[in-house]
Amino acid sequence: MDRRGFITSASAGLLTSLVSARVSFASVPTDNRLVFILLRGGLDGLHALPPHADPDYHALRPRLGFGAMNSDLSATDLDGYFGLHPALAPLLPLYRDKDLAFLPAATTSYRARSHFDGQNMLESGSNRPFGSDDGWLNRAIALLNAGDRRMGLALGPAVPLILQGDARIQTWADTRLPEVDEDFLMRVSMVYQSDRLFAEALHEATGVLRPDVDKSMMQDVPAAERDFLVSTEAAGELLGSNTGPRIAVIEMQGWDTHFDQERRLNNLLGSLAKGVLNLRDKLRADWDRTAIVVVSEFGRTVAENSSRGTDHGTGGLAILAGGAINGGRVAGDWPGLKPGQLFEDRDLRALNSYESLFKTLLIEHLGLDGGQVEDHVFPGSRNLTPMGGVLLS
Amino acid sequence: MKSLDTYVALNRFGLGPRIGDDAEVGDDPRGWVLAQIRRERILPPQMQRFRTSDSILKDIHIARRTDSKALQKETRAGYRKEFGQGILARAHVAIASEAPFHERMVNFWSNHFTVSNSKRIIGPAIPAYEREAIRPHVFGSFPAMLRAVIRHPVMLAYLDNVVSIGENSRAGQRRMKRTGAKKTLNENLGREILELHTLGVLGGYDQNDVMELARAISGWSISGVGPDRGTDGIHGGFQFRPIFHEPGPKTVLGKTYREDGQNQGLDILDDLALHPSTARFLATKLARHFVADDPPDAVVSKLADVYLDSGGDLGEVSKALVMLDAAWANPGGKVRSHYDFIIAVNRAVGNTKANRQAIVLPLQELGQMPFTAPSPAGWGDMALDWVAPEAIMRRIEWTRRFAATQSLGMSPDQMVDALIGPVASDATRIWANRAPSADSALALILTSPEFQRR
Repeated sequence: MDRRGFITSASAGLLTSLVSARVSFASVPTDNRLVFILLRGGLDGLHALPPHADPDYHALRPRLGFGAMNSDLSATDLDGYFGLHPALAPLLPLYRDKDLAFLPAATTSYRARSHFDGQNMLESGSNRPFGSDDGWLNRAIALLNAGDRRMGLALGPAVPLILQGDARIQTWADTRLPEVDEDFLMRVSMVYQSDRLFAEALHEATGVLRPDVDKSMMQDVPAAERDFLVSTEAAGELLGSNTGPRIAVIEMQGWDTHFDQERRLNNLLGSLAKGVLNLRDKLRADWDRTAIVVVSEFGRTVAENSSRGTDHGTGGLAILAGGAINGGRVAGDWPGLKPGQLFEDRDLRALNSYESLFKTLLIEHLGLDGGQVEDHVFPGSRNLTPMGGVLLS
Repeated sequence: MKSLDTYVALNRFGLGPRIGDDAEVGDDPRGWVLAQIRRERILPPQMQRFRTSDSILKDIHIARRTDSKALQKETRAGYRKEFGQGILARAHVAIASEAPFHERMVNFWSNHFTVSNSKRIIGPAIPAYEREAIRPHVFGSFPAMLRAVIRHPVMLAYLDNVVSIGENSRAGQRRMKRTGAKKTLNENLGREILELHTLGVLGGYDQNDVMELARAISGWSISGVGPDRGTDGIHGGFQFRPIFHEPGPKTVLGKTYREDGQNQGLDILDDLALHPSTARFLATKLARHFVADDPPDAVVSKLADVYLDSGGDLGEVSKALVMLDAAWANPGGKVRSHYDFIIAVNRAVGNTKANRQAIVLPLQELGQMPFTAPSPAGWGDMALDWVAPEAIMRRIEWTRRFAATQSLGMSPDQMVDALIGPVASDATRIWANRAPSADSALALILTSPEFQRR
């Protein structure tokens, strides 16, 4: 079955799988939609939104850089400084319609480059890792509708931390069992190398699976991307209903590109673009009231490494899409890529705060009270004021 | 995890660590295991709501005598309520157990005395059979377990003894005259008692012994069979049918047993239970299961000696096993069966209310649903029975999906320490720390060779 057929057949009967969506709200706190897309692994913002007019960028990324002498790929220029990765080109119409914006050099207040701690802080809304055992979006939902479980929706096999907490939320998962993704299998094969019994069994089961990526294995759409695309269709359809949820969280794995970044991000960004378009297609008229925010736990090193990849960094990228977004621009402050401008001599400095962005979305888009956001949703973030100019007023 | 001994206590003798089991085991891993060697009289709470085999089989017998529709309805209900739920309850007990060594022994002896639902009609009563004939005896008397098992209606039906009729019995003579049949005796159970349950295939018996034993236990039957057509007096338990029983003395392994109704068979079973070959056979199986695929001879000999000296006291044998230094050597030398692996994964994440997705689905995918062994020999016990290409892929696939639904709230190093501890390889620790998400790290640790071994 070709990829397209697989995806559309997945969305049959979605609304029936979310029974409570049929019951109408007693009173609706908001008609606006918020979609949160969590990219796990650390998205390389400099690859998705390359500053292709900057000579420092090319010096740091001789092989991975766009517009470099030996590179076939070129990025679409956005504003004379930043370009857009070709795999995200399907989103250019959104950019032109001012429904797409970028916020580079952004992250939470976390600075230590561990996936676990970074993701935890991104989702818990605390000012330190593992500072709370519930998620900030759940706390926001609790404030918004005092426990009505129709507001929030988690897509995927588990409820991510960002939606865990006292407020009950809905879940949706593709009931077909996906295969395990190649990235995970590769890691397993590394771990099995020291145990001959297991290594041989795995080797026989998967054919050749070498750590230096056997490209012939990667023919089909990887499971992580397929799961993501199915979730975007489901989320769009469910949010597009009057009586459905208002806030959805979707996760996507696979962004930790220490090696072979060009090929992997080409695929992942392509799926990300398709997912955003899926959402727009399904949301239809509600697109005008929608804000989609795509974030990751941190960015990556400004310089490429020796494996055609990058390592954990700091300043990352947020992508904003939707009719409610003040789009057609690259927002925030930009630190530059000169040696003195880097963070710890290796990372893009984070000048823009995710927490500020999130506060804006909660206050201006979902209508939460600013004081409550400060006190309950992001305690300990008083110095991070809501970001202006993100949404259309 | 504190030490290698803790790891061995939790995995070789246990069902895998729950978070916090390290503290439970404490500073005396050997003592922790020994303390679990107790004769359990009470069923675990998760199992108390189920019916007895007597009750289940009675209703099935009555339905069978009524009509085929009634039988179908009764067996279907029985499968749903007693078999399926029984399997889940059994898994819940294992996942929550603070005496996992006891549960390991239940699995071991249940496998030794395998019954499978290949005979659909007794299927609903199999979990009850395990609760009644196996569970109470695992640290008790083997002779008592043997008697309880062989007399149990489920075993008698599974191995076709219920209609095994002595040629010279009244029923046998009648049948032979009426149908011209030459043979009315069924040797199946007699053979398996010698080959699988007691002496072992090299234990020194021959075909005559098989036949004589089969004759001795002819008439060991159940209610609801035979020429009667009504449903009065039907019950679900053991019934000795004198008219099926082959009369006269029987000679097994050179000893002659006088005719004494059902006691004749019981006396033979008692002697078989304490035969030196049986001691050796059981000791070998225990050593293979708990110590190594190729069990060290010193371990086998010690266990066999203790078995004979104690008159088949499994508590004493288990104690002797735990006290042997050799049993604590070579951590990770055995590979968990599919069932043990799934239980271990559920224990690791504390999934005490595990649903079908967490238990039945993976067991079906891996082909080790309890009570479905392909032969009376039961499931294998060697690494290559479990580590095959397709099986490993399915373990990896299921674990990856399952881990996505769990979150331990721990860092990768904490998970490695709690779940595999001192046997963790550098590669596992490094790659767990490199995992791009918490559930990916958890899945990696659970699919590591160290976690799949014990």
